[in-house]
Amino acid sequence: MSAKIGVITFPGTLDDVDAARAVRRAGAEAVSLWHADHDLKGVDAVVVPGGFSYGDYLRCGAIASFAPVMTEVVQAAGKGMPVLGICNGFQILCEAGLLPGALTRNSGLHFVCRDQWLKVDNTTSAWTTRYDAGAELLVPLKSGEGAYMASPEVLDELEGEGRVLFRYVEDNPNGSLRDIAGITDARGRVAGLMPHPEHAIDPLTGPTDDGLGMFLSALDALVAA
Amino acid sequence: MTDNSADVTASGSGVQAVTDGPTVETGTGAQLPAEERAALDTVLRASSSPDDEQPYRELGLKDDEYARIKEILGRRPTDAELAMYSVMWSEHCSYKSSKVHLKYFGETTTDEMRAKMLAGIGENAGVIDIGDGWAVTFKLESHNHPSYVEPYQGAATGVGGIVRDIMAMGARPVAVADPLRFGPADAPDTKRVLPGVVAGVGGYGNCLGLPNIGGEVVFDESYAGNPLVNAMCVGVLKSEDLHLAHASGTGNKIVLFGARTGLDGIGGVSVLASETFDDSAESGTGRKKLPSVQVGDPFTEKVLIECCLELYHSGLVVGIQDLGGAGLSCATSELASAGDGGMRVDLDRVPLRATGMTPAEILSSESQERMCAVVRPSDVDDFMAVCERWDVTATVIGEVTDGENLEIYWRDELVVDVPPRTVAHQGPVYERPVQRPAEQDLISADNPNTLSRPSTPDELRAEVLRMAASPNLCSREWVTAQYDRYVRGNTVLAQPSDGGVLRIDEETGRGIAVATDCNARYTRLDPYAGAQLALAEAYRNVAVTGATPAAVTNCLNFGSPEDPGVMWQFQQAVRGLADGCAELGIPVTGGNVSFYNQTGEQPILPTPVVGVLGTIDDVTRRIPTGIGGEEGETLLLLGETREEFGGSEWARVAHDHLGGTPPQVDLAAEKLLAEVLLAGSRDGMVSAAHDLSEGGLAQALVETALIGECGARVVLPEGADPFVWLFSESAGRALVAVPRSEELRFTEMCAARGLPCAKVGVADAGSSSVDIQDVAEIPLAELREAWEGTLPALFG
Amino acid sequence: MARVVVDVMPKQEILDPQGQAVATALPRLGFEGISEVRQGKRFELEVADDVDDAQLAKIAETLLANPVIEDWTVRRVES
Repeated sequence: MSAKIGVITFPGTLDDVDAARAVRRAGAEAVSLWHADHDLKGVDAVVVPGGFSYGDYLRCGAIASFAPVMTEVVQAAGKGMPVLGICNGFQILCEAGLLPGALTRNSGLHFVCRDQWLKVDNTTSAWTTRYDAGAELLVPLKSGEGAYMASPEVLDELEGEGRVLFRYVEDNPNGSLRDIAGITDARGRVAGLMPHPEHAIDPLTGPTDDGLGMFLSALDALVAA
Repeated sequence: MTDNSADVTASGSGVQAVTDGPTVETGTGAQLPAEERAALDTVLRASSSPDDEQPYRELGLKDDEYARIKEILGRRPTDAELAMYSVMWSEHCSYKSSKVHLKYFGETTTDEMRAKMLAGIGENAGVIDIGDGWAVTFKLESHNHPSYVEPYQGAATGVGGIVRDIMAMGARPVAVADPLRFGPADAPDTKRVLPGVVAGVGGYGNCLGLPNIGGEVVFDESYAGNPLVNAMCVGVLKSEDLHLAHASGTGNKIVLFGARTGLDGIGGVSVLASETFDDSAESGTGRKKLPSVQVGDPFTEKVLIECCLELYHSGLVVGIQDLGGAGLSCATSELASAGDGGMRVDLDRVPLRATGMTPAEILSSESQERMCAVVRPSDVDDFMAVCERWDVTATVIGEVTDGENLEIYWRDELVVDVPPRTVAHQGPVYERPVQRPAEQDLISADNPNTLSRPSTPDELRAEVLRMAASPNLCSREWVTAQYDRYVRGNTVLAQPSDGGVLRIDEETGRGIAVATDCNARYTRLDPYAGAQLALAEAYRNVAVTGATPAAVTNCLNFGSPEDPGVMWQFQQAVRGLADGCAELGIPVTGGNVSFYNQTGEQPILPTPVVGVLGTIDDVTRRIPTGIGGEEGETLLLLGETREEFGGSEWARVAHDHLGGTPPQVDLAAEKLLAEVLLAGSRDGMVSAAHDLSEGGLAQALVETALIGECGARVVLPEGADPFVWLFSESAGRALVAVPRSEELRFTEMCAARGLPCAKVGVADAGSSSVDIQDVAEIPLAELREAWEGTLPALFG
Repeated sequence: MARVVVDVMPKQEILDPQGQAVATALPRLGFEGISEVRQGKRFELEVADDVDDAQLAKIAETLLANPVIEDWTVRRVES
């Protein structure tokens, strides 16, 4: 009786395949969710994956945030369903108002694909309990609009409440304020990050398997629920 | 760029992303107003006005070609037919200057070589069977001239085009690789072109979700003004899902789907517009001459990929063709040619995104992201339903007939009535004059062995660093970091590895490897040998990953075919490549020719880029490129090192010299090396492998140490000339790291098979430098600074 | 029918690397005297006469702009 984790596909989504693989690798059942359906198919958690939904038209994630499926996600998140937004998914969650702040163009103006060192700053959210505090992870980052921006008040609040999940270490690849790579909401159930944990689940195809912990953490949270 | 209309009302009614411009009234079958009908150049009108002047020369047709068209049709062509013939008979589409030479590929491909080919030259792309019911398709294509004009869009649409070719085989595109060539790295125009091209390749490919796993960046002054943007795409399909481009079955419908058709890329054809109306505000002389640049939208293509795959898997497609160069002219004439009947098309039904387009313009448009399918009438509704799910515009524009000709109607008037094969396959065939240039002997006599060389340890040390930092040898990270290598989660090896390795089957671990190579300097010195060396290098780069080379594609970039010296280079290169493939036993499954790469009288260096695809049973057995993966590795140099500096990177960097003869070709030795590497990977005897090419052993050592982040202690063989051993570019060599426990077994295998094998040192994880005994000790940090600093300093 | 123009600009405090890149390029091309460049977006809408300003404001702030990082202005212009 394994947990079911939904993975949404919008027109232009790319990393749904990889997110689904990570979900299965962690031991859950991956359920495909279609952007146009008001239907979460009874899943226990949702992943909003990376890619270029709607070609990044208007703003990254802006159009996807209005998709029928997102109405359901917002509602479910309100009731405590764990939701993970990766890269474009993080952008979509910010546009949908589930997470504060916004992602903007990389300060270096180039798309950057690299193996990025991250430091774990929060180990209590539904997606990070499997990590040790201060642990350093090596996870791929691949984005052109990954600079996290928010007002000083919001940034202070995030830090004050311990809601920064990951920070970039060694060097900041995109100009994100306070080196923020990923954050969580007030209840620690909705998370968003620019780097791609689903691409770090197997040293054969990624730099490490450091990303698997996020999916394992979510499973723990679902089993405990 | 594109507008979006958004429906923001109410909860979740969804937002339509309209990916194209305003909807334009397409013909409803209503009759044309009399004035327009009088001016429309129909077949009827053409038959009755044989002496009307037509701008065929402006469209690139020669007098004899125009005469031949009249002969074929028995009358003068209509404007629309003239546009079709002129674009389909152009060099780019008809291969008129290269056909007679390319025949040689067919002549030299044996049945044994053909055994695994499921589709070959002439199809949209070559396809080979890789076992377990899987087939792989791959091809290289060029988009050179547009990338000089508009680097970003030229490169982007180049990627888009090759991806659609792969889609047209019924495959899912799974990877891309891009060999790029530019003028000198520090030239001002290179600063204009390179960043735009790289951004375009990345911008389009990343958005399609295709990992970029290989390619090259080469700088040479002969490419200033003529950058070469070649794009490779690899696709995967189940053998039974192979789709070929043909229209058969009378009554089957022709469906155009994807983006709307606009004025992109019309360029020269717009000269026809001035021949139609006098004073219409929207068309004719009222319209400005348009640029030839096509603009791509990768999102539209991504959606098209998913839509096509769903159509294929649902069995809704009988035949498929992508729309590339020459747009609808090409798609309709090719589909009809390959089929067994005729075709009727109603141009009024083509969804447009510009107003007032003439039939000639609609047929010539190179608007991107469009495909053409042949669909059984009973499947049309289901086909449309799939397209609607993906929000892809799809329209039935015609059907297969039992006639012989391709008939195209506009506003109920017949404007094209041609035998399709005369358009698509029976274009002119030229026998261009071929002449070995007089200076070829002078160049060969210019011996690089007389050039002054570094000899003291200090000089050699400085040379290693200077070479590692030189534009053609330095790290390409600045470029490759702009490409997504991870998407789809199957990339096992990518740049800076010698070959890109992709897992095809998650359960069995079966995979493929690809590499693209060409040393145009070698090819200038000897085009026959140079093409073989390009093949050898790509073959070797596949072999060092532990894969077995299986098939070949190519992109032959040359100067003007009107230059007999260039034609000689072309002829020799084709022969060299074909003979080489026959000797290695792997077939050319398809390729591309790009002529006219020259500014004024000076052609580019002959650049026959060769792509090799290999198969690997189990990707977990692939051989990484960097040393330091195992405890105590021995470093072995496989193959023979000779004093060979003709066309070498050292001769260029130290003396700006291009002369002599290229390194000796020994394909039997390359085969042997590949077999040993395969055995080594299968039996776990090899923990790292890196091929030797430009920059020789020194460069291979620098790269393998930096990639593995591991030091090395190097001892050259007794009596070896350090300069020759470090910088010679003899072919057929690889540097391998063998765990000490495997050393004896491996070296005995080499001896038994007759492969020269010399111990050149050990990897040393405890050391932070590359220490070449009696020559130099260079800290990794210093090497890294030299190797990684060049491109960022140039391009920011 | 009326024509409406909506201009969307990044908020002053948001890093605008594209605008900066333009500002840096200008002197290299020989144009002096430009001290700052900010890059934004312009939307042109054809709107029915019964679409009022309040609605336009809603359109701007709900979709055309992201108020977290962008400011917007709406103007009715001569068609």
